[in-house]
Amino acid sequence: MGGAGSPRLGCVLRIDRATYDAIVAHAREDHPDEACGVVAGPEGSDRPERFIPMLNAARSPTFYEFDSADLLRLYREMDDRDEEPVVVYHSHTATEAYPSRTDIGLAAEPNAHYVLVSTRHHGEQTGLAGDEVEFRSFRIVDGVVTEEDVEVVESYLFGHSPTTVVYD
Amino acid sequence: MAIEVRIPTILRTHTGGSKTVQGSGDTLAALVDDLDAKHPGLKNRLVTEEGKLHRFVNVYVNDEDVRFTGALDTQVKDGDSVTILPAVAGG
Repeated sequence: MGGAGSPRLGCVLRIDRATYDAIVAHAREDHPDEACGVVAGPEGSDRPERFIPMLNAARSPTFYEFDSADLLRLYREMDDRDEEPVVVYHSHTATEAYPSRTDIGLAAEPNAHYVLVSTRHHGEQTGLAGDEVEFRSFRIVDGVVTEEDVEVVESYLFGHSPTTVVYD
Repeated sequence: MAIEVRIPTILRTHTGGSKTVQGSGDTLAALVDDLDAKHPGLKNRLVTEEGKLHRFVNVYVNDEDVRFTGALDTQVKDGDSVTILPAVAGG
């Protein structure tokens, strides 16, 4: 499935509204700690279909890490379902939605869209009426960060046979 | 019989794209040496210059994280299943 040297699947993240909203809601909930998770999809499809929020074992405002037992279960399950992590997301709670040096150094899924959400300006943080959560997506391959567009579609179900869609 | 080792996407450049490879050894360290002989470069991705497992690489023997079973000294035997997974982590 791709890897270094293979063609990019596309410089855009297409994500459905419900999944987008679920990622933002998770980031808000866990603020001021970082939230993290993946959205799995069929291998090679580039379609983020199955939202899987993960526990931040670091429970930290400046670091996230999947618990090691959770990590094994997650990958085993994706393997059994012929899925891969199409999106790997986490939040920054005091800084912009851009990969940190640590994020870049530890990025180990060359085929994934790395979604960064920043809750630094969300309502509870500022106490102001203006409420804003940044949502950006990147490819991180061999230490090189490439930002990509985020296209929110109403539903991935539209135009697909329901039998190909994994319901959770 | 051999030890089956599951390779994560990012390390499959060392295994010709294979998701699973076979190896042998009495300990995880010996297994890693054996794998590195067949798939050069793999050891560097798993073990530091000081000879310890990289902090952000998780290795499981039969579902048990080796950090809790002796790290590279963990005993392995034919029929065991080893899984390598890079941590999903960042700042």
